[in-house]
Amino acid sequence: MRADDDDAHEWLDAEAGPLVRSYAVTGGRARPGAATFDLLTYVVATPAGQRRHAVHLQPEHRAVLALAAEPISVAELSSRAGFALGVVRVLLADLFDEGAVKPLAPAVAPGHIPDDHILQAVILGLRHA
Amino acid sequence: MRDERARSVPTAIKILVAGGFGAGKTTMVGTVSEIMPLHTEEVLTSAGTESDDLSGVEAKRTTTVTMDFGRITIGDSAVLYLFGTPGQDRFWFLWDELAIGALGAVVLADTRRLADSFPSIDYFERRGVPFVVAVNCFHGHQPFGVDAVRGALSLDPEVPVVMCDVRDRRSGREVLVTLIEHVRAITLGPAHTAAAGTS
Repeated sequence: MRADDDDAHEWLDAEAGPLVRSYAVTGGRARPGAATFDLLTYVVATPAGQRRHAVHLQPEHRAVLALAAEPISVAELSSRAGFALGVVRVLLADLFDEGAVKPLAPAVAPGHIPDDHILQAVILGLRHA
Repeated sequence: MRDERARSVPTAIKILVAGGFGAGKTTMVGTVSEIMPLHTEEVLTSAGTESDDLSGVEAKRTTTVTMDFGRITIGDSAVLYLFGTPGQDRFWFLWDELAIGALGAVVLADTRRLADSFPSIDYFERRGVPFVVAVNCFHGHQPFGVDAVRGALSLDPEVPVVMCDVRDRRSGREVLVTLIEHVRAITLGPAHTAAAGTS
């Protein structure tokens, strides 16, 4: 660590343009709230979320909600929305707090290797698809 | 969870594609899968500001990193997600999240710049992430054999080393097969893998 590392808040100055622009849609919040959304967590809009007109939302929230009409991974949602991953996580946390989206239980517990029959199916698929 | 929605979630498998700049990561992800850009915007960590030359962007404390991200859907049951790891040391703070829960990694090596693959190999060894080394034969000709590459990289004997051409879909996908077979061998033991493969 260098001596000048104590300037950890230097980015709050007038030069902090990129930070402010990207996170303006999240109200400046850089961390998700109630839920964390892993790259490969699947999310889906809830029935309440599907009734979008009933929820007061920003366009970015609506874009995320529309993409989550069917279960979709957080990574893919971020890519399709064109928003940075960190931004999507904040938007998802907002929607989760509103009861508009929910994360789905993964088919395989995090950190666990999938069943061997799945791996064999993947190998077959890679060779013949 | 056993409700109707839980059943609709496929098994999501994360595979990392690593290697030095120009080793063919983007090409491989694009050849073997449906590729999509994935943007991540991160505040540079102190490690990042320390190791990288930020001249010209002195005031910038955030950086947008675009990762190569690809998807291969296997029937209804599984989806492979490929993530091309950012090639610069200063983006390694992104790797930790990528590495968590990864089934394994492909380290692409270019024999003209073998040393470029050392950091990736080091990283996966330390994190205990299973990996294979795929030597990308850009020009259709590879002067070094598998054994020479293995020796030069000081790889453990069980780490697979394969030759490939990442411009070729079949070749790239065969690298992924080698990785998954390697993971199966680690998980089940070589004997079980062989039995499953021949039955």
